[in-house]
Amino acid sequence: MPDPIRIRAQARNGGTDIHVLMPHPMETGFRKDPAGDFIAAHYITDVEIVVAGRTVLTATLSRAVSEDPLLFFRIKGGRPDDPIRVAWVDSWGERRIDAAVIMAAT
Amino acid sequence: MSGSSAPRAEFHAGTDAPSAGRRRVLWGCGHALLGAALCPVLRLRAEPLPVVDAAKPAFGAGSLAEVLRRLDANPTPSDDISLSVPDVVEDGAMVPVEITSRLPGAQEIYIISESNPFPLVARFSVPDGTDAFVSTRIKVASSGRVHALVHCDGRFLSAVKATTVTVGGCGA
Repeated sequence: MPDPIRIRAQARNGGTDIHVLMPHPMETGFRKDPAGDFIAAHYITDVEIVVAGRTVLTATLSRAVSEDPLLFFRIKGGRPDDPIRVAWVDSWGERRIDAAVIMAAT
Repeated sequence: MSGSSAPRAEFHAGTDAPSAGRRRVLWGCGHALLGAALCPVLRLRAEPLPVVDAAKPAFGAGSLAEVLRRLDANPTPSDDISLSVPDVVEDGAMVPVEITSRLPGAQEIYIISESNPFPLVARFSVPDGTDAFVSTRIKVASSGRVHALVHCDGRFLSAVKATTVTVGGCGA
């Protein structure tokens, strides 16, 4: 099982900054191991981010997104303690869902 | 029952999440009984992730022209799209890309790296209430152009930036 998704969401100026880091190898399938065999492709294909029941971003990723995909985006609204949920599914059908809450601006 | 408990315990021994193990066993039964064809449907129902996607075929395209053809896109360059990519990157496996659109009604943002074997890198939906802005990191195979495509009101607008890669990201 991959490591938990790291989520940082901070309310700021009437909006919310959302940083998401999803630990994942994002193998392209073009890489070879030391024995010279291709390493199987294995990458996140779909991401969905929901804040307080509202889908705020969906992403379709390819193998060309870097290892441990990082997303940073902004939404309008969002209040401290609103729940935020991030879900991904990868090319092997594995999935991971993690949750956090929006923090107040510091 | 007592006969089946021993192998189950063994099955769980290697994992720290017994319920995940049991689910996997149940999935196995599902495959056997219902056939592999039904499984994606069941999985879809179990969790609301968007797996069917109109942009999916474009991800298998092998050239920029083919990506645009599969998206049915004939993009016009626009100064209202900011695309930030470093001029020179040492490591093609981790290239920061940031896109901001000031166009009204942006619905989708696409990132395309022309030098990649599969140029379409990522697609982001921008629902109402989400800023037309995204920042991420991508792999770039070799020096070439990176495109930001913004889909709004049935039109595609674009911004392009060339980047020089000293070590390719294809093997990463």
